[in-house]
Amino acid sequence: MLEIKDLRVELEEEDKKILKGVDLTVEPGKVHAIMGPNGSGKSTLSYVLSGKEGYEVTGGTATLDGVDLLDMEAEERAAAGLFLAFQYPVEIPGVGNMTFLRTAVNAQRKARGEEEMSAGEFLKVVRAKAKTLKIDADMLKRPVNVGFSGGEKKRNEILQMAMLEPKMCILDETDSGLDVDAMKLVAEGVNALRDEGRGFLVITHYQRLLDHIKPDVVHIMADGRIVKTGGPELALEVENNGYADILAEVA
Amino acid sequence: MAQPAIKMDATEERLAALTLPDSAPWAAEARSAALSRVRTMGLPHARDEYWKYTKPASLVQVEAPKAALFHNDEGPLWDDLDRVKVVFVDGEFDAAASDDLAVEGLEIERLSDAASKDIHWAKDLYGALEGASHTHTDRPLAALNTAFATDGLVIRVTGKVSKPVNLIYLHNSEDSDAILHHVVKIEEGAEMTLLETGPGAARFNTVLEVDVADSAAFHHVRVQGRDHERRAVTGVFTRLGTTSAFKSFTLTMNGVLTRNECVIELTGDDAQAHVAGACVGDGKDFHHDDTVFITHDAVNCESRQVFKKVLRNGATGVFQGKILVKEDAQKTDGYQISQSLLLDEDSQFLAKPELEIYADDVACSHGSTSGAIDDEALYYLRSRGVPLAQATDLLVLAFLAEALEEIADETLAEAIYERLEGWLGRRAS
Repeated sequence: MLEIKDLRVELEEEDKKILKGVDLTVEPGKVHAIMGPNGSGKSTLSYVLSGKEGYEVTGGTATLDGVDLLDMEAEERAAAGLFLAFQYPVEIPGVGNMTFLRTAVNAQRKARGEEEMSAGEFLKVVRAKAKTLKIDADMLKRPVNVGFSGGEKKRNEILQMAMLEPKMCILDETDSGLDVDAMKLVAEGVNALRDEGRGFLVITHYQRLLDHIKPDVVHIMADGRIVKTGGPELALEVENNGYADILAEVA
Repeated sequence: MAQPAIKMDATEERLAALTLPDSAPWAAEARSAALSRVRTMGLPHARDEYWKYTKPASLVQVEAPKAALFHNDEGPLWDDLDRVKVVFVDGEFDAAASDDLAVEGLEIERLSDAASKDIHWAKDLYGALEGASHTHTDRPLAALNTAFATDGLVIRVTGKVSKPVNLIYLHNSEDSDAILHHVVKIEEGAEMTLLETGPGAARFNTVLEVDVADSAAFHHVRVQGRDHERRAVTGVFTRLGTTSAFKSFTLTMNGVLTRNECVIELTGDDAQAHVAGACVGDGKDFHHDDTVFITHDAVNCESRQVFKKVLRNGATGVFQGKILVKEDAQKTDGYQISQSLLLDEDSQFLAKPELEIYADDVACSHGSTSGAIDDEALYYLRSRGVPLAQATDLLVLAFLAEALEEIADETLAEAIYERLEGWLGRRAS
């Protein structure tokens, strides 16, 4: 269970408050969506949770199953079960996608005191999971995300998620830059991972992704806070009327 | 041009401490011609333009600076490989430690034996490629080598040699000062792989002259050892015939001073020359210099220079690379890249890439960059659970990959990767 309480965050380099007291709890097995206008702090929330540098936490807590996330290095958070699907997956020339996946899987296993996956076993698992995401052998061989189309990059994120089997998945605008077919494929990948023990936090601008990944709870974020929480109908309201009404209502 | 007195004095002082080895007339002539070249050029001085980024004093001074012996706990490189081992200890051939030199397709002789014969095929080659290399810039330490080399091999390749010849250079004396000169002649259609491993001596001056005939091929992989205090100046001189190929890769790990010069002449059409280097350096005392000069003097040739350096804790890397395309060398394809990855702000990389083109139908490109580890890539890897140190290693190896890809043989390349991983693993020191 991801529990965020009164989380306050500033940029390290400049004196700018981005998150101004975020409260959010995502239970295992649930899908929560966060929507909100540009600049509301949605992506910052995902970066701060995953351990990106450049942010200063000035108050509040964030825990995963009771363990303090904010005190850990990015790699420790990952090993503890947190996964962020990037809005802009990073290209890493010279590192093969397969090497990357295997290194990540085994690094996490090692950190948790589990046995590492053998090359043969890994290959079998990755091939099966890649197939369902329509990721071919060539994409697995190529350097990480280099020369991948927007859709390929996002599918590659979901493949990583499938291989790492995290407890808590954050999807940061996974629908951006995808056409309808690619979005469906990605959503199917995500839905296949839905599980009683796994929570999801889906950050998006648009309702359309939520047509495919059905949320249990929808939050509206504005100016560094969650300003409204409701059911799936809240996403529809945003789709039809924009944020203006909601923001006026809570102002 | 008259050389400044300070330079000539240092040159004469050095020459006075050396003796020309006894040789048959042809070799004696080659040595004395080289000695004249040294006297005309003078040994390198800090004010020489070609030595702007690398201080030559310790390579020129009479006594070799002491270099503490280093015990390499990694064991011999390519130990399981089927190869012909030729061992030199502080620059002296060690017959007992070497394999039988009778190999099909090869004639291998010790330089001193060849040079004592009245007639020898090496006559046309010994010092010839070195001697021709001073047209655009002086390379006096290579001429010094031709004049005074005390040992080395002359190798003639007449067929496709099935296993590589591995020159193994051991360093067993703190103040050894070795001058080695090898000559390789690859006859038409023949092919060989030459491996060179080890630090060699406290101060090591080597020259390798390679004549690659039409349709012949020469593969060269060199690993300059981890020996921390050794100094080396090396010169590889090659001339390529029609549709021939030359591929050379060097890994340099530590050592206080290394200057690797490579001079390539593409003289036959459709020839291909690749020269690459990966260097990892640690500490303020580390200085590594790659200096390359490639002349395209024939039609439709390809040349490729790929040099990558990883520098940390105040290490310095230098690259000077030039492609000269002569007027008739149409359809030349020339590529040059030199890059450094600086793991901290104390380390530095100095690069001087040059193109000089007289033909009008060529494709030449060059690039040089210097940068730190990509923070975004590092965060991405860490966010997947890869610990900081391991993520950094992955990115360092990724950075070096383009240079390592120049090693055609996978077995050879794998061993090089292992050495690099070892180097990375010793970061704590």
